[in-house]
Amino acid sequence: MSTLAHTVADSRTMLRRSLLHAVRYPVITYLVLTPLIFLLLFVYVFGDTLGAGIGGEGTDAYLQYVVPGVLLLTIAGGVTGPALSVSKDLTEGIIARFRTMDISRSAVLTGHVLGNLVQVLLATAIVTAVALLMGFRAPASVLDVLAAAALLAAIGFVLCWLGAAFGVFAKGVESASNLPMPLMILPFLGSGFVPTESMPGWLQWFAEHQPFTPFIETLRALLFDTELGSNGWLSLVWILVLGLIGWLWARFLYERKTVR
Amino acid sequence: MTSAIQLEGLTKSFGEKVVLDQLDLDVAAGRVFALLGPNGAGKTTTVHILSTLMRPDAGVARVGGHDVVASPEAVRALIGVTGQFSAVDNLLTGEENLRLMADLRHLGRKEGARRTAELLERFDLAEAARKPLSTYSGGMRRRLDLAMTLVSRPQIVFLDEPTTGLDPRSRAEMWDIVRELVAAGTTIFLTTQYLEEADQLAHRVAVLDHGVIVADGTPSELKRLVPGGRIHLEFEDQPAFDGALAVLEDATRDDAALALDVPSDGSFASIRTVMDRLEAGRVEARALTIHTPDLDDVFLALTGHDAPKEVAQ
Ligand SMILES: Nc1ncnc2c1ncn2[C@@H]1O[C@H](COP(=O)(O)OP(=O)(O)OP(=O)(O)O)[C@@H](O)[C@H]1O
Ligand SMILES: [Mg+2]
Repeated sequence: MSTLAHTVADSRTMLRRSLLHAVRYPVITYLVLTPLIFLLLFVYVFGDTLGAGIGGEGTDAYLQYVVPGVLLLTIAGGVTGPALSVSKDLTEGIIARFRTMDISRSAVLTGHVLGNLVQVLLATAIVTAVALLMGFRAPASVLDVLAAAALLAAIGFVLCWLGAAFGVFAKGVESASNLPMPLMILPFLGSGFVPTESMPGWLQWFAEHQPFTPFIETLRALLFDTELGSNGWLSLVWILVLGLIGWLWARFLYERKTVR
Repeated sequence: MTSAIQLEGLTKSFGEKVVLDQLDLDVAAGRVFALLGPNGAGKTTTVHILSTLMRPDAGVARVGGHDVVASPEAVRALIGVTGQFSAVDNLLTGEENLRLMADLRHLGRKEGARRTAELLERFDLAEAARKPLSTYSGGMRRRLDLAMTLVSRPQIVFLDEPTTGLDPRSRAEMWDIVRELVAAGTTIFLTTQYLEEADQLAHRVAVLDHGVIVADGTPSELKRLVPGGRIHLEFEDQPAFDGALAVLEDATRDDAALALDVPSDGSFASIRTVMDRLEAGRVEARALTIHTPDLDDVFLALTGHDAPKEVAQ
């Protein structure tokens, strides 16, 4: 078998393993629950006030505003998945067994990344369904919706690689679950829940220069046909940068941690 | 005879501590080789280097003709490793674990399913095949661990203390499996703390102590280096002890415990001789135990010090 075919076959086997783990040890409830709580809380408790703040009328206007932010919150929550599963795996004896076998080097990590990506996309679909039930409606074409889904998947994919890197970096499962915290707060410190103009100066500067603001604005542009501006290519650059960091860092740490 | 494994001047240190000091070994293909040593001798470190998990600091190690440092992939394609500590996926069932191995060895769907069923049957795991590993006993886990190693029918198999912690029945089963593998032409490199295990299974034995090979030969050569077994006698009182001393002139005495050790090969004849002599001298022994040589004796004989005792893991 060629090296590429080998890599693909081994990654697929490891993906299947990761999905079996997900069935035995599901984190999907947790992935869905956190963003749902925020969605309900922000819409039904603060929705009136916040809706007025964005110049709209009542909770419904705010629902339309907040859903893209909540979807990215769901995607960001996916960082913990690979962090936990990779760090847990590294404490298990089976990793030593894999390393005595002629397996494509990156397959273990790729399996965890893809397995967790599947779960986080499933969680995003569930959150979207709840938003639709609550009355969320986007005036977008099928093509725009597909583009939005692709955007979310791409962000999820690179964040899962970052999560995998956290998992290898962490000293144990506990620290692996804490490391992604700052990343998961980022959607709140962007344009997801309130417009950045309403933030105090220093926070506004941060909000406008962190990746989640262009992500959220690009998603809004796709779903509501709002002004895309520079957000589109900024998102692309962030996806490439975060992905490259996550992928290189995870693989570098993994090699260093497992070869003595 | 061709060699399956060769070590030349293999050396490994952790910081200041030299764990393997210039090991030279040659393991013949199709044979069982046992590396015998107490806790901390360097057995696992040797297995780790040979199975490409760890790099040596100096020296050369070749497995199946391939250098473990220069071409680890070639080595990995040939070997199967059952480490000292469990290397199974605890979230999967026994069957899923075996299928995982079959897929990673690229056996293909049909052959993978066939091989899995065959191994589940052979290792007496068919009934528990679809149960989670949390319901497996220690012996079942150990068997699954070995079955996973054998999915690809490796030419060279490493077993690091395969029977430590197993009850006598599971140990005997493990020995049978090793014998079957050798009969099928597999080379086995096993480590053990038990002289009896090396004696039962191995064609060649090397004794490792503090990272140095202190003896290397066939089991019978090794046992010749070790003083034979002995009969240990204990007596009720001083007159009995003195009476026994008078009739058993080759005994070593332990005055404080009122005990005697008489050299013996453990045969019935040698025990009868001792009994007859005691009978003739009208001496009653309170207790008699037969002591066959174990790792402690080997160590004492070869190194002049006792095998270091460590708390078992
Ligand atoms: N990663 C490590 N870092 C530092 N020291 C180590 C490391 N691995 C092993 N050692 C030391 O090397 C020595 C040999 O260890 P090794 O595990 O090879 O012994 P062993 O013969 O397998 O013992 P056991 O019967 O307990 O399994 C021990 O003193 C151990 O403390
Ligand atoms: Mg060991």
